[in-house]
Amino acid sequence: MATTEHIRPVKPRRGFTGRPSPSPGRLSGRLPWMLLLPALLGLAFLVLPLAGLLIRAPWPTLPQRLAEPHVLEALRLSLVCATVATAACLLLGVPLAWLLARVEFPGRRLVRALVTVPLVLPPVVGGVALLLVLGRRGLIGQWLEATFGVTLPFTTAGVIVAEAFVAMPFLVISVEGALRGADRRFEEAAATLGASRWTVFRRVTLPMIAPGVVAGAVLCWARALGEFGATITFAGNFPGTTRTMPLAVYLALETEPEAAIVLSVVLLAVSVVILASLRDRWVSAS
Amino acid sequence: MFRRLSRWAVALPAVLVLGLSGCGSGGPDASTAPAAGAGAGEVTVFAAASLTGTFTELGRTFEAAHPGTTVKFNFGSSATLAQQIAQGAPVDVFAAASPATMKTVTDASLAGAPATFARNTLQIAVPKDNPAKVDDLADLTDAKVKVALCAEQVPCGAAAVKALDAAGLKVTPVTLEQDVKATLTKVELGEVDAALVYRTDVIASAGKVTGIGFPEADKAINDYPIATLAKAPAGDLAEQFVDLVLSQQGRDVLTKAGFEAP
Repeated sequence: MATTEHIRPVKPRRGFTGRPSPSPGRLSGRLPWMLLLPALLGLAFLVLPLAGLLIRAPWPTLPQRLAEPHVLEALRLSLVCATVATAACLLLGVPLAWLLARVEFPGRRLVRALVTVPLVLPPVVGGVALLLVLGRRGLIGQWLEATFGVTLPFTTAGVIVAEAFVAMPFLVISVEGALRGADRRFEEAAATLGASRWTVFRRVTLPMIAPGVVAGAVLCWARALGEFGATITFAGNFPGTTRTMPLAVYLALETEPEAAIVLSVVLLAVSVVILASLRDRWVSAS
Repeated sequence: MFRRLSRWAVALPAVLVLGLSGCGSGGPDASTAPAAGAGAGEVTVFAAASLTGTFTELGRTFEAAHPGTTVKFNFGSSATLAQQIAQGAPVDVFAAASPATMKTVTDASLAGAPATFARNTLQIAVPKDNPAKVDDLADLTDAKVKVALCAEQVPCGAAAVKALDAAGLKVTPVTLEQDVKATLTKVELGEVDAALVYRTDVIASAGKVTGIGFPEADKAINDYPIATLAKAPAGDLAEQFVDLVLSQQGRDVLTKAGFEAP
């Protein structure tokens, strides 16, 4: 135990790999327009739609619209569900990423491809697939209802399941990337000093890949917060239990585009504030 | 003249007459309409989700009568479609499931005067094995019965509220779906025990769900209006498609699917 204690605080990667570690200030000279121009275009492409939302937002009526109980209800539901879904993804996704990065087993490439399926699957299709497995007449859902009397569709738990399904690949991919980038010699050193594989993971691996885990969790949370298709298909749409912000936006768009814009601005503001503060505290500090 | 005739002619003659009038009216007034006099071009139709089956069929009929013409459909909740039209979607024909949604388009002077072409009533849809033993509207108030309704913002939801109000019943659904097809799907998959959907959707499900009629449905009959858009890119072709829907042939297709004549 004491030995692993020594290893933990070391800032590894740089010194041991011998790779150069360029700092941003090292390269000087003029910015190449071949990079600068597309970069600025890309930025405009991403930012302009957001600007559109902000410009069209009905600012004078914004405060009173925000105070409406259904807005706060949807916002609270969105934040709770995305956070619980992210916690669930961390519990299941980090070990899965570890399995993919550290354990040789037949069919590993296939498993890795399968893990990314929810990324390419249209979320609505994901929702249908979830219904077929966890729905009341689904393969597992049937058994869940018969044994525990639990049904997931149309419940807040269903929202969390749908969000976790869609968001987990983001976490797994970024944690697996961090694991592959981490120097395995620290783990090997810990193992030769007598640490078990679990101890190695807990005391050496996890601290080393912490920034990757946090970045993955942030991505995962953001994806869960914006989840729409799988949620409305699997969990339905009812105020207070399953109507998250994206669903409320979609419904408002039916009759009252202004209300939809307000909801979008709120979701945007909350997510930007949370992501920005997390980034300052965790990601860049590491 | 020809159009008026076609409205009353039956089946095949109607197709021929429409075809002829397509040729005859040659120079469409809208400048963006295709130059080819034979009616080559594209008609874009936005139609309520509950019209998916019937309009797809009518679209094929129209294409057969106007060689070289394609009819493109966008099916969805009438409210969504109305919003898309208001945002400037290039549409020729709009067929809504309620006068209220059509009104949002006509009020903005985006479409000409609408004509009512069909009516639809609600039914209770239950899974084939009817697990909750639902047989009338009052059964839906049972807390143990899982009910799906359309959201009040879309026509089938507005009709459901009207029918339940007429019956003096209060139902707490587990979900408020975005359009009637999504509501029906929840029944087909057995995720809910009952839903209020249109009679036509029950028929379209081809036996996957059972429909139960109820007297209060008469209080919530939906009129379906259709109109050509003021800026219809297809010009005359759009009018001809509307004529087909309003013709006896169109009515036959709609009646077969369970719609009532207006």
